[in-house]
Amino acid sequence: MNWLTTFMNSSIGKKFTMGTSGLLLCLFIAQHLVGNMMLFGGEALFNSYVATLSAFKPLVRIIEVIISIIFLSHIISGIRLTLDNKRANSSSYNVNTGSETSSFSSRTMAITGSVVFIFVIMHLSTIWYRFQLVHGSGSYYDIILGDAVGFGNPIYAAFYVVAMILMGVHLKHGFQSAFQTFGVSDSRYKGLIEKMSMIFWLVIPAGFTWIALWFGFIAEAI
Amino acid sequence: MQINLKVWRQENRQAIGGYKNYSVSDVSEHMSFFEMLDKLNNELVRKGEDPIAFDHDCREGICGSCGVTINGRAHGPLRGVTSCQLHMRSFKDGDTLVVEPWRAASFPVIKDLVVDRKSFDRIMESGGYVSINTGGTPDANAIPIPKIDADAAFDSATCIGCGACVAICKNSAAMLFVGAKVTQFTKLPQGKVERRERVKNMVAQMDAEGFGSCTNTGACEAECPKEISLTNIATLNKEYLKASLC
Ligand code: HEM
Ligand code: SF4
Ligand code: FES
Repeated sequence: MNWLTTFMNSSIGKKFTMGTSGLLLCLFIAQHLVGNMMLFGGEALFNSYVATLSAFKPLVRIIEVIISIIFLSHIISGIRLTLDNKRANSSSYNVNTGSETSSFSSRTMAITGSVVFIFVIMHLSTIWYRFQLVHGSGSYYDIILGDAVGFGNPIYAAFYVVAMILMGVHLKHGFQSAFQTFGVSDSRYKGLIEKMSMIFWLVIPAGFTWIALWFGFIAEAI
Repeated sequence: MQINLKVWRQENRQAIGGYKNYSVSDVSEHMSFFEMLDKLNNELVRKGEDPIAFDHDCREGICGSCGVTINGRAHGPLRGVTSCQLHMRSFKDGDTLVVEPWRAASFPVIKDLVVDRKSFDRIMESGGYVSINTGGTPDANAIPIPKIDADAAFDSATCIGCGACVAICKNSAAMLFVGAKVTQFTKLPQGKVERRERVKNMVAQMDAEGFGSCTNTGACEAECPKEISLTNIATLNKEYLKASLC
């Protein structure tokens, strides 16, 4: 297994972990958005959707563990990458011209990623945690829209919106970057990657944002 | 015209450097940036001061010796131009130019604007060559090479090893340079034979030298005087993944 550790500890290997875990997280957020869309179907539909998922508890638990491992490996290799790169770039220039030679999203990956991380921790410790306590008669729908930790709380709703916009910025660079890391960015799939990138950096974060804006602010006002 | 300079001065490797201000008058817009520095150095020598050290050789944009950062841009503000090929007409009368050496942990400053790029040489020694016996010069049509590959190999081979890609990268990554070298050989039949060992050794040496990991910001491509494209990094990644995992 020597070849594997050599690979994983190499500069390109670390990027490979970053890209693979990042793309898997993209799959996760895509399915998560589909689930959230059920909110528009009303309380009965949403509750029965979550209840159906709960019926497959053991499977859901296994998937949760897998996602956690993916998420942790993304963060750990992200931290390693950021620290190694700081060390390699020991001193900075008197004049910083980053904006002339690279995109905003590419220069802020560690920051946007960290905000998303804080969001995920908060999201799990509030919504996910309360979902685990629902038995029989409780309403998942009420937790999501409620004043405690749901969209009924303007601070939570506003942070949700900010986090989703920053996730969009993260994916603006991240999604296509992963394909460059795999070496297929200039292949015959180039056009397809560009279209998929739009879906992941724009459409999906916009979907999450729309849900938060709708249930947090708009639905109440009209 | 009159040009104000804020130049990084550093006595030697160990010394702590700092900026020093100079003013150069009667600068012609036809002068190259280095001719302007030559003029300043003449004045410094006449005054008994230490001239500003900077690397240069061909002054034709082909050798890769030169390279300074001007107002935060490697090789100055123009695209596809080496420092030696930059002319003063790119600047205005009264401009202040901050002139700094390449900054990267793997390119330590030797003196003033001169940095030690032996790390690049060691990467080349680790695999940037063909060691099989290729015989005498064959007829041009004896080894058929698709034009698209010949052109791509040539494009990659135009890298002059100046280090601007490392200098401008926020991670001080050397992947554009290493990517160009790996691609150049990988596209050609004589180079293909040793492609697996070559890419593994060159990446290992690049990492050992302390260069960073590419995060695909694309700053290198924007600053490279030879306009080496990011495709070379994609090829490097693909070659490395195949050699390591397949
Ligand atoms: C839903 C959550 C997330 C998704 C979908 C996601 C997705 C991605 C993708 C696709 C990449 C590109 C990989 C590559 O360039 O090869 C990436 C890179 C990165 N991510 Fe995330 N990420 C998420 C959360 C996070 C979090 C929580 C952090 C940090 C705490 C983070 C930090 C980073 C860093 C540092 C990079 C590499 C930077 C770079 O390549 O420029 N990400 N992410
Ligand atoms: S890739 Fe471009 S910037 Fe980097 S060393 Fe080669 S010529 Fe210089
Ligand atoms: S001095 Fe030779 S490339 Fe500039």
